[in-house]
Amino acid sequence: MAIAAQPQMPRVWRAETKPHKFCPGCGHGIVLKALGEAIDALGIQERTIFGCDIGCSLLSWDFFNLDTVQTHHGRTTPVLVGIKRARPELVVVSYMGDGGAYAIGAQHLVSSAARNDLVTIIVVNNTVYAMTGGQMAPTTLPGQKTETTPYGRDAGLTGRPILGPELVAAIAPPGAYVARGSIANIVQLKNFIQKGLQNQVEGRGIAFIEALSSCPTNWHTNAAATWRFVEEEMTAYFPVREFRTPDEKPSSPLREVPPRGF
Amino acid sequence: MATRPVTGEQRAFMTGNEVVAWAALAAGADIMYGYPITPQNEIMHYWTRMAPKYERGFLQTEDEISAGFATVGGVLAGKRAFTATAGPGNVLMQEAMAMAEMMRLPTVVVVTQRGGPSTATVIYSQQELNLTCFGGNGEGLRIVYSPASHDELFLYTIKAFNSAWKYRFPTFVLGDGYQSKMREPVTIFAPEARGITMEPCHPMVGLPGLPGEERDPAHLRNTYNLEDELYEVLMDAINAYESVAPQVMEWDTYAVDDAELLIIAHGVVSRAARAAVVTLRERGCKAGYFRPVTLRPFPAEPLRPLADRARNLLVVESAYGQLKRHVQAGLYGIPTPVTGYLRPGMGITPEEIAQCALSLLKN
Ligand SMILES: Cc1ncc(C[n+]2csc(CCOP(=O)(O)OP(=O)(O)O)c2C)c(N)n1
Ligand code: SF4
Ligand SMILES: [Mg+2]
Repeated sequence: MAIAAQPQMPRVWRAETKPHKFCPGCGHGIVLKALGEAIDALGIQERTIFGCDIGCSLLSWDFFNLDTVQTHHGRTTPVLVGIKRARPELVVVSYMGDGGAYAIGAQHLVSSAARNDLVTIIVVNNTVYAMTGGQMAPTTLPGQKTETTPYGRDAGLTGRPILGPELVAAIAPPGAYVARGSIANIVQLKNFIQKGLQNQVEGRGIAFIEALSSCPTNWHTNAAATWRFVEEEMTAYFPVREFRTPDEKPSSPLREVPPRGF
Repeated sequence: MATRPVTGEQRAFMTGNEVVAWAALAAGADIMYGYPITPQNEIMHYWTRMAPKYERGFLQTEDEISAGFATVGGVLAGKRAFTATAGPGNVLMQEAMAMAEMMRLPTVVVVTQRGGPSTATVIYSQQELNLTCFGGNGEGLRIVYSPASHDELFLYTIKAFNSAWKYRFPTFVLGDGYQSKMREPVTIFAPEARGITMEPCHPMVGLPGLPGEERDPAHLRNTYNLEDELYEVLMDAINAYESVAPQVMEWDTYAVDDAELLIIAHGVVSRAARAAVVTLRERGCKAGYFRPVTLRPFPAEPLRPLADRARNLLVVESAYGQLKRHVQAGLYGIPTPVTGYLRPGMGITPEEIAQCALSLLKN
């Protein structure tokens, strides 16, 4: 696909609110470009609801020509699940950071995965709590310096970075779509997001896409070092690939009959 | 598929939780989101049995945080969505209710108070008044009804949906564990049978038309950059709240015209207070009673002249002064002494109240 290489905005972007509010070099804008292109490609603008979290994702509250709700830190998925259950004809996108998804909102992620909720969740993994000034996130790499790990993350004290798509892939029933993309490959990222939206449109199950992303502001990196961190350091720890596709066969047969005596 | 759960008026003998489920059905509630907690559970139990018959939805969420936020989602989608909770669940619910308050979302929450703080008892209290009226990091721009009987539980559950959608403030029905579990005779009814028209619901997202081309997109937020920006939004909401407060406020009185002793109570305790007034009157004491039906907005204006005229005020509640503080704030400047009969987490009988009143009058 050559679309991604073209400089023009996705149709669903709201021109009036551009240039957007993210820092120069931020990955959020790239992820939202991939999302915009995927929505354009599927022609679902009229029925898509965009929800953003607290974190730098909130800066996207007026980003799209989409009905949008900005929620609380970690709570975007329950709000959108609430919308979807009430109006199943809508397509709901839950957009958040790694802190929102894997720390404060982890119970919602786990439960939505287990329920195979018809929601498309997009998580921007920038290895930090960006909006609050660069503290350790669940995804901070071992040894990585942040404001709350000034001597580098000690995995012995604070654990190892959480692997979000791997977690969701382990929990979600058949029908789920799970992938990890990267801002370093926007064509692939757009395809992953598009498949994730398609999964919801077809009513097959949850869609979960993590995007490896950049935060030069809190990493204190220049352009070269920013890209090196995303493409080498992050990619070495967080494999970029699809983890679950809806057409796969379950490894063990699912028990669908009620237990006897009930 | 049946569409009308209740037609006309029907007499019944049921628990308060069952009453709430029937009322929500009769009100046309579209979907409930909930998490188990005693003494609320049977609201979900009755709802899940009846809802599929009337094409209504239910989702059991992972916790009350999720139940609250999913309810927010349901109302954003334009549906009469509600949840029910108690105690520690009510604590977790406050984050979502703060969002509803900021964004003027018509959520409906039924609270069945249990003992507190912490896990305490699963039985009964009136200790969730402060939390329900003022929980969250805001100004308490909420409507809180405190019903006293099953008939009222039915009526105010229906009314909660209407007030929420009419005035756009999160609305609560503040019941308690006694009301939840107690069975009593009740008349359930279709709203139209009593001349009640259900307030229409409007979606706030998922509107018709292509956003950006045929209409502006709905961009809903609760975050602001500047103090002044927030101040403007908040003052709009505060002014709206204050201007509708006189319409929303409800209260009940009994034998107040010549009352020298005014007993003030809310919810189920007000039934004991009313009975105590009857006893006291039989004994020649000029007692009367005042009950706030709405705890938010609090009916201070109608209370003030009665309190001013009385010689003694006695606030009775199953909490340690939560109602009393409301009363005292509302009566600021009125010299009538206020005494409390405060029994946190305990049921209160008419005899106790009458005795307390008599000893107060002796002194
Ligand atoms: C309940 C609550 N706790 C804490 C915060 C403060 N807070 C705002 S954004 C944020 C972290 C955001 O990090 P992440 O989700 O990774 O998003 P990013 O900014 O990195 O894109 C925190 C902790 C909050 N808004 N709400
Ligand atoms: S702080 Fe980081 S994540 Fe936030 S907008 Fe700036 S670069 Fe992007
Ligand atoms: Mg982050």
